[in-house]
Amino acid sequence: MDRKKFITNVGRYSILGALLFITGQIFFKRRVSASGQYVWQIDPMKCTQCGRCATECIKTPSAVKCVHAYDLCGYCDLCGGYFKPNTMDLNTGAENQLCPTGAIQRKFVEEPFFEYAIDEKLCNGCGKCVKGCTSFGNGSLHLQIRHDLCDNCNQCAIARVCPSDAIKRVPIENPYLIKGAFTS
Amino acid sequence: MNWLAGLIRSLMLLIVLLCASNHSYAQQRFPKPEFKTEYTQPVPEHPAPRSPALEFLDLAILVLVMSLTAWVAIRRRSRYGILILTIFSLFYFGFYKQGCICSVGSIQNVALALADPTYRLPLVALLVFLLPLIFSLFFGRVFCAAACPLGAIQDLIIFKPINLPVWLRKSLSILPWTYLGLAVLFATTGTDFIICRYDPFIGIYRLNGKFIMILLGIAFLLMGLFVARPYCRFICPYGALLSLTSRFSKWHLSIYPTSCVQCKLCTTACPFEAIDFPDSEQTKPEPRTQTRRFLTFAALIPVLIAVGMFIGSLSHVFLSRANSTVYLAELLIAHPELRSDPLNLDIQTFLASGQTLETLTEDAATIREKFRIGAMILGGFLGLVIGLTALNQLIFRRKEDYQANRADCYSCARCLDYCPVDKTIAHG
Repeated sequence: MDRKKFITNVGRYSILGALLFITGQIFFKRRVSASGQYVWQIDPMKCTQCGRCATECIKTPSAVKCVHAYDLCGYCDLCGGYFKPNTMDLNTGAENQLCPTGAIQRKFVEEPFFEYAIDEKLCNGCGKCVKGCTSFGNGSLHLQIRHDLCDNCNQCAIARVCPSDAIKRVPIENPYLIKGAFTS
Repeated sequence: MNWLAGLIRSLMLLIVLLCASNHSYAQQRFPKPEFKTEYTQPVPEHPAPRSPALEFLDLAILVLVMSLTAWVAIRRRSRYGILILTIFSLFYFGFYKQGCICSVGSIQNVALALADPTYRLPLVALLVFLLPLIFSLFFGRVFCAAACPLGAIQDLIIFKPINLPVWLRKSLSILPWTYLGLAVLFATTGTDFIICRYDPFIGIYRLNGKFIMILLGIAFLLMGLFVARPYCRFICPYGALLSLTSRFSKWHLSIYPTSCVQCKLCTTACPFEAIDFPDSEQTKPEPRTQTRRFLTFAALIPVLIAVGMFIGSLSHVFLSRANSTVYLAELLIAHPELRSDPLNLDIQTFLASGQTLETLTEDAATIREKFRIGAMILGGFLGLVIGLTALNQLIFRRKEDYQANRADCYSCARCLDYCPVDKTIAHG
């Protein structure tokens, strides 16, 4: 009986030692972040608007939404993010809109400027408007992961398939990579 | 003519690069207008993520639940208490917290932290990995008993558990180690977190997810009506670790409070067949054949390790295709015609990024080399696990009473209700 107890004790303390060793390794290599937590975010400079954010997120609809950096917006009448290419009439007709869910609201400000606002309840994060805005306009529309919607999976399902590696872990203190902050 | 083609290609690349840089720096193609009328620019809201303090609160609750489970299972000896704690975990860690981060998945974070110099492991993830293991070294698998949401959902639906033959159980017990090894291999090579990706119950807790994964979850639950805790016993990689550490637990749930009356009731109560029979029920082999068998099996272990390493090195090419870089490089080399396929997003994005195939191939080769070494270690490790599992069957341990098998017992305390010894004492 004593022998059995001895073996158990030796086993227990060697496993404790091994766990301590692993922890020590991680601390020694400074690969632990004590303050904290990380969340997933899209780097708008890397994003190529492939459209996978809309389909790959574990949430339906996706936790990725289009956000608008108004400081960068040109308030154009002919908005590359709002209208389909080759649109005849610049009005709010559904056939003219690029957004498949009609989530962009176009509002007249003054001649010839229009404000574009995103209705996040309708946005599905497909990034079609972002592509239009980046290709033909200032690139003020961009995709971001909304943290009230994101479940912060241990491994982001979109990050796994993102072709441009635009989704990365960011410190929780700065959970957004808003485009305006880079340029203005 | 080759140099000319090269020159044209580099010129085109230069143009593409110039265009791309135009793209990212000249943001203001159309400067922001100066409005003459009253116009206030909307201020977009950016909702904050869940507070980090709450993560530490979750950690405190995990420790509390595990401590209570240990106390209820070992001191209070109450199945009812464990049941309450299980239901609490089902709702708190399951439906409210919706999984992440959990101890099962945290294996991969720890493995990634050891392998990747750029990754920073959150302290919470490290503690979530360590604490259940440390608890199991002292109190047995109390994490499995009531704290793990994956275990909770399976434990609560056990309906009519059937007995599985020993050979099947022992063979299937290799699976969790395989899954563990693969998960560590994929995490350390920066490929994927397979434990999280193929978690069958997270979709049920989130009431959302891929259809196929929810279907898998339901299939596991249906199976779980008759085969108790199928995921825990035959798949869970963290369970494999806990089954090892729990063998050395200092205090562990004991079926009877004073002495066993050999009534066998506990063995019918245990849905996991985790109760060892006493010596009288086992046929003890002759000592000489026993020694001979033991030595043969022990000598077989190095052979198994060598075979495992060989199979591992053979399979590394196949395994490495799970990595997106390796996959893309292989695809581009094998099917250059896909470069003109506008629907292949990965290839189109790669071509537009301006990277050369050479750098991609170099990256892929580095990753594949990691896979070669990793798969060899994995193969050898699995050979060792198979050898030790077989050897363990030969070791004869003297037992006079029915005892919980410390490796397999989840400390669910079902057997305690069935043990008549308790009641005798209670009645005087």
